[in-house]
Amino acid sequence: MTAELLVDARAIRKEFGGLVACNDIDFTVERGAIVSLIGPNGAGKTTFFNMLTGAYTPTSGEIVFDGRDIVGLPQHKITALGIGRTFQNIRLFGAMTALENVLVGMHSRLRSGLFRSLARTPLQRREEKDGRAQARELLAYCGLSPRAEQQYARHLAYGDQRRVEVARALATNPKLLLLDEPTAGMNPKETIAFVDFVRKAREERGLTVLLIEHDMRVVVEVSERVTVLDYGEKIAEGTPDEVTADERVRSAYLGTKPVS
Amino acid sequence: MPPATRTRLERALLAVCFCTLALYPWLYSNYLSTTLTQWLPDTSTAFVILAFTVMGLGLNFVVGYAGLLDLGYVAFFAAGAYVAGWLASEQFANAGSVVFGGTVLPKTPGIHLSPWLVLLAAALFSALLGVVIGVPTLRLRGDYLAIVTLGFGEIIPQFVRNGDNLGGFNLTNGAFGMNGIDGLGFGNTVHHAIHTLPSNFLNELDSRWYYWTALALVVVTIVTSLLLRDSRLGRAWIAIREDEDAAAAMGVPLMRTKTLSYAIGAFFGGAAGAMITLQAGATSPDAFSLQVSIFVLCMVILGGIGNVWGVTLGGILLAYVNYKGLFAAGNTFNSTFGTNVDISQYAYLIYGVAIVLFMLVRPEGLIPSARRRAELVEEPEEENVGAEASPA
Repeated sequence: MTAELLVDARAIRKEFGGLVACNDIDFTVERGAIVSLIGPNGAGKTTFFNMLTGAYTPTSGEIVFDGRDIVGLPQHKITALGIGRTFQNIRLFGAMTALENVLVGMHSRLRSGLFRSLARTPLQRREEKDGRAQARELLAYCGLSPRAEQQYARHLAYGDQRRVEVARALATNPKLLLLDEPTAGMNPKETIAFVDFVRKAREERGLTVLLIEHDMRVVVEVSERVTVLDYGEKIAEGTPDEVTADERVRSAYLGTKPVS
Repeated sequence: MPPATRTRLERALLAVCFCTLALYPWLYSNYLSTTLTQWLPDTSTAFVILAFTVMGLGLNFVVGYAGLLDLGYVAFFAAGAYVAGWLASEQFANAGSVVFGGTVLPKTPGIHLSPWLVLLAAALFSALLGVVIGVPTLRLRGDYLAIVTLGFGEIIPQFVRNGDNLGGFNLTNGAFGMNGIDGLGFGNTVHHAIHTLPSNFLNELDSRWYYWTALALVVVTIVTSLLLRDSRLGRAWIAIREDEDAAAAMGVPLMRTKTLSYAIGAFFGGAAGAMITLQAGATSPDAFSLQVSIFVLCMVILGGIGNVWGVTLGGILLAYVNYKGLFAAGNTFNSTFGTNVDISQYAYLIYGVAIVLFMLVRPEGLIPSARRRAELVEEPEEENVGAEASPA
């Protein structure tokens, strides 16, 4: 409990007109942890993600990421500070190849702008070459076969699209990786493999992982801390065991029967 | 599959096309004019065709690459045209005489810069205007952006029309427009550099030089397109076109990247506008109608959105039809059937029908980009690709 906090969000509130999507939520993530955010549909999980990445600005509250207040920063600056994400419904750049998708993820790490690109300076060419090599490595790391690298993302099989999306998020070189329902549409075998992958990536790349997940087996299996949202309120927080034993969580989310 | 390196056949084809275009003034006067005069544009008309092609290619940065629907591109044509008027005519005769490399005699009233500098200035001013218009408007998306750009496309000519009395200052000469604009040429600079050449050597240039200048501008625009397309910036544009939110989440600064595409498009629009004005020697607010914006947009759509070669072909074809083909077809029609129909009156009807037909039959354009084809043509999903590798 003494580990340094990577995310320290205090009294985060988001209102859409009269609807309170997030009601004064306090939320912390320790550096290096794997944390799950769960809750029924419409509980405000994705809204919370969108505030972390800067897609939404909170109505009130503050979010300190890695020692910096990030509320009000534009998205690309927050990404550059080290927050990478995937989307609930895969949102790849369909008419770009898998490789190009990952290269876009590197945007804030690459430097060549208009004039260097026009002049094709040695710096620009080296950067492109290194970038491509890194992108290939990342795709391989996420389990995409080299044959699929040059295919348009639109034409990839579903599982491969998921892989490319994770590779693209990793390409932003994140300290915090946000995964929004990453196992949706995966079969049990794929899900197990994905859980292993998340653990491995955390160790090897020094990540902190925050995931939104509906599959309770995944949540219990992979996460060290779980936060439960319901109707924009935080109703429970703790280890997976604590949370699944919580009476309010059961009635709000898991149903009344105990889970095995 | 994405575009690989160009094949030898494609290179050869490009070289032949370029040589034909480069030699066109000579071919036209020596061989073609005798047999095909009626159907082929003379050098001056061919110049206009190429200048409009530059506009098509410029708009392709905005519409094709970044996916921003701009219905007010004519604003940049106007900007380029008026910069040419300001810097190469007697518009500011009150300011005295500033002659710097212009084609006029020393002590001529007004500002007369070297036309080459005028071209550059027009392009840069237009790009600046692109930033000024872009910063407030590019926050909008899709249809909203299209409507606001449409508005700016109308505001600029209105401003020009009313700009003859800005607090007593005559900036634009109002509805009359500007006349007596200098043409292309080196003035006396060549003579100054090499005294053995006659004093009027390349002082003022004939239509062939306008044509070659426009062709050079086409080449510059194509090369710029290709270099930027395959760069970090080009990828960011396409990413924005594909999914703006995802692009932002991946670290692409939306406003800066979009504004840059707008400014680059404006740069070439301004250069083309200035070229056309230098050739015509005059400009007026009537030249900047919505039709021009739509016309240039049609080049991009018909040619193949996002594909440089497609847009080049689309631009040349459409501008040809507009400035020569339709006229020639009308003449042929009339002489064959003994009628007296003015086909050019129906130009926009014909374009409208052509666009509808194109959208039905070949929505991806004449030469679609590989990306665009990927969007419109579904390939059978290859379920097995990567399946043997461990899941992510």
